[in-house]
Amino acid sequence: MIWLDGLVCLLMVIVAVTATVVRNLVSAVIMVGVVSLLVSYLFLRMGAPDVAMTEAAIGAALTTVIFLVALRRTGEGR
Amino acid sequence: MTRTIITIIALLAVAALFWTLVALGTPDELGAVSRHYVERGIIENRGANLVTSVVVNYRGLDTLGEVTVLFLSVTGAAFVLRRRERKPVDRAASKASEIVQTGAGVLVAPIMLFGAYIFLHGHLTPGGGFQGGAVVASGVLLLLLADRERALPHGLMSWLESLSGFAFVVAGLAGLWVAGSFLANRGVLPLGEWNQLLSAGVIPVIYILIGLKVGSELAALLDVMMRGEAVAGAHGSPRSPRHRRSGPSGTGRSRGGRR
Repeated sequence: MIWLDGLVCLLMVIVAVTATVVRNLVSAVIMVGVVSLLVSYLFLRMGAPDVAMTEAAIGAALTTVIFLVALRRTGEGR
Repeated sequence: MTRTIITIIALLAVAALFWTLVALGTPDELGAVSRHYVERGIIENRGANLVTSVVVNYRGLDTLGEVTVLFLSVTGAAFVLRRRERKPVDRAASKASEIVQTGAGVLVAPIMLFGAYIFLHGHLTPGGGFQGGAVVASGVLLLLLADRERALPHGLMSWLESLSGFAFVVAGLAGLWVAGSFLANRGVLPLGEWNQLLSAGVIPVIYILIGLKVGSELAALLDVMMRGEAVAGAHGSPRSPRHRRSGPSGTGRSRGGRR
């Protein structure tokens, strides 16, 4: 399974870098959420289910939604 | 060009810095503090689940601090965002599609139940007050997504939040009174035992309080943000016509997926 961990790490780096260069802010926010989801998998693999749950619930779900709402409110989300 | 090169050099420097961390690897044996926690955690703090024992008791004051930080940030957000006066918006425009509404009707109750399960079983299974509270808040989020103008019980939520924060401090002071240190979990309380819901002394009580507090706080934050959004267009800003038009007709566009 170590190759899967490596793949997830690589994917995380790629998605994170893409989030900084992509023009569409909504896509960038989604990518940040994806990074959170991947890192929560890594936390789970390293035997920290508590941290993984926090990361998945707060990092991937709530933060993404708050960012999207903020984008809408500032009129940048189009 | 120069900037790109500098960026690459800086990134490589950071990578080199962190590589020492990777090369360090995982230690084979516990440090002094960890060993103390592992060996004496159950006796000193009544928690069978060591993670919980550390979060709620050994580092309980830090947890109280985290809850306070969350409380202050939500209060600040509410203060900044609530200033616009509310105007009744078109109810039909604030409703989501049939799929989201039906899905919300089916899913909200299980999600909230799961959140309650997580913080009730915080001392036995992974998860705890924060995680359970976040899951409860995401249930509320689904409700709000289904119907933007849904009236949440604000009075109940603020009472829950204030009372649970207050009770957390009271539980800490009770530890001070009974066992001589803030948030202490000693004395007459039952010892932590696996598969026993009523065990681990004061830990489940505190986790329930944290769960209620975090859940109501995050739900209030989401409510303030999304409600403000529904009204934002109707308040004389230059973009207001565009905003309002995007209500009913914007569902077909790319960002309409959330509605």
